[in-house]
Amino acid sequence: MIARTLFDKIWDRHVVCKGPEGSSILYIDLHLVHEVTSPQAFEGLRQAKRKVRRPDLTFATLDHNIPTTGNRMVLEDALARTQVEALRKNCREFGVPLFDLDAPEQGIVHVIGPELGLTQPEMTIVCGDSHTSTHGAFGALAFGIGTSEVEHVLATQCLVQKKPKSMLVRFTGAAGSGVTAKDMILALIAQIGIDGATGHVIEYAGEAIRALSMEARMTVCNMSIEGGARTGMIAPDQTTFAYLKGRRFAPQGEAWERAMKQWATLKSDPGAKFDATVDINAAQIAPFVTWGTNPGMAAPVTGEVPDPDGGANDSERSSIARALEYMGLNPHTRIEDIAVDRVFIGSCTNARLEDIRSAARVVKGYKISRSVQGMIVPGSQQVKRAAEKEGLHRIFTEAGFEWRESGCSMCLGMNADRLKPGERCASTSNRNFEGRQGAGGRTHLVSPAMAAAAAVAGRFVDVRNWHYKD
Amino acid sequence: MQSFTVHTGIVAALPRDNVDTDQIIPKQFLKRIERTGYGDVLFFDWRYDRDGKPEPGFPLNAPQYSDATILLAGKNFGCGSSREHAVWALRDYGFRAIIAPSFADIFANNCVKNGVLTVVLPPAEIAQLLSRDAAGLNRLKIDLEQCQVSWNGGFQARFEIDPFSRTCLLEGLDEIGATLKREAEIAKYERRRRNAPAQISN
Repeated sequence: MIARTLFDKIWDRHVVCKGPEGSSILYIDLHLVHEVTSPQAFEGLRQAKRKVRRPDLTFATLDHNIPTTGNRMVLEDALARTQVEALRKNCREFGVPLFDLDAPEQGIVHVIGPELGLTQPEMTIVCGDSHTSTHGAFGALAFGIGTSEVEHVLATQCLVQKKPKSMLVRFTGAAGSGVTAKDMILALIAQIGIDGATGHVIEYAGEAIRALSMEARMTVCNMSIEGGARTGMIAPDQTTFAYLKGRRFAPQGEAWERAMKQWATLKSDPGAKFDATVDINAAQIAPFVTWGTNPGMAAPVTGEVPDPDGGANDSERSSIARALEYMGLNPHTRIEDIAVDRVFIGSCTNARLEDIRSAARVVKGYKISRSVQGMIVPGSQQVKRAAEKEGLHRIFTEAGFEWRESGCSMCLGMNADRLKPGERCASTSNRNFEGRQGAGGRTHLVSPAMAAAAAVAGRFVDVRNWHYKD
Repeated sequence: MQSFTVHTGIVAALPRDNVDTDQIIPKQFLKRIERTGYGDVLFFDWRYDRDGKPEPGFPLNAPQYSDATILLAGKNFGCGSSREHAVWALRDYGFRAIIAPSFADIFANNCVKNGVLTVVLPPAEIAQLLSRDAAGLNRLKIDLEQCQVSWNGGFQARFEIDPFSRTCLLEGLDEIGATLKREAEIAKYERRRRNAPAQISN
């Protein structure tokens, strides 16, 4: 038998039939829906008099444009309200379950899928959001789609796809203390570039990946798209099963035993062929900080802002110069000399319980700098409750942070949580594009621990040297 | 969907690498629930100054590009968010095709669904188009049946495109309708997979 990759196995199992001209009709096991990329899809169904084929495999939540303060059932932003009400109406009309703003399950779509046990190994999962790759951490094939494809999946539970190429990324060695999954993925993107994996599905492997918790694996897979990849995935193992067991929508009892037996076989065969392979030594990775306007423009915290003259070609030199101008940074500035005005801990990349705990551990016993406004936005109501049960919210509020309700918030600034022009932010989110967190805002991507340390110090510091007061 | 066979038009050059979908359409314009009406906010933060006046330095505001229907872009165009609004904005503005050395996957996919052709050309040919642009030669004919970009013997290049995307564009195919015709096979697949291990247990 031909040796197959994990990706091949999941792909093969979901091919309904050959599609036209070398494409395949791929079955989708789970479709996650949110308010921003779905209204036009539902409207398309309505106009064509089509139904949602499998409302039982479709789940909706509100996360992108909603407020993170106050009474959230009353939306002051009229446009956001229209979109929220459209999703409610669409879910009612088409029979799709919705985790509304007052539901205990509400949260960022990529945080709640896993925590509810909806996300399972071997599944195909799609959502009208590029960070759907997060779910690949469970050994699922999970990728982002546009609104036309959202409509296609709603109507047919299938997608017509051309099979992407495969890439193996091996993290060898062990990551040092204070170096997190966020630093690993930022280091990889800095190495391969933001289009380094375009057209590929990445499988992450190696001892440094195996050593990661489920939540940390989600952080790695989440940012696959920032390296251009179609998605990322990690073969399931005991860590995966231990995380999933007993979760609400996961198989139970005898079905669970059967599922685990099958999932244990989900790995790339020895000798399986990948179209590309990248090796990266986790032991050499330091905490990373982005200095520019895309996630590949990053440096170790011990490093400095680059000089455009050092660019490999004209295009790179002008990209660096343009980025530095937007970011208000001079070449050769030490990363640790960059002062911040805002700190945002949140997003589908880094707003799960372990992220909140890791930030709290840094903050404990400290006050945040007077010049910094800090904000913690848990990824879901479940994360928020769990953190509060551990008293973490008090550590943050006593230090001077705001403790908010769950949502996408300042990762993309669709709600009121935005940077002002010129404000500089240490952010645990996934994109530092121009204006991403607010027109004129300047974003530096970091891990939760690095963001917390920057809030206290008022500038970036190497969290590996932090004096913990616990 | 609007079909694409042959198109002749003015090319506007935006030779920047890694133009992300946040630049093509910023988030504040994603709150609408319609599929059209995004043309005026295309490249909003680059195209207008703080007072909402056209930014004179931004290429698309140059008078020679006012009727452009083809965009000449840098590598990895459309990276970032999956927002189809980015394609809707380009289409509503009037672009029928985008030529670049490479495109981000989801963006390219979204283009096909909206009748917008993405043409990948090697950097050398992109450079040739840019120098033609600098010389004021900014018209092109794009023929999808022949997979060819050309202008009156002054420029000619062939391009490759995935055959299924090509057919969808040439025919303006209703993809959902086509998949719905495979209902028997989908239903059969669902029966076969009924005992699959991964199950949502309600």
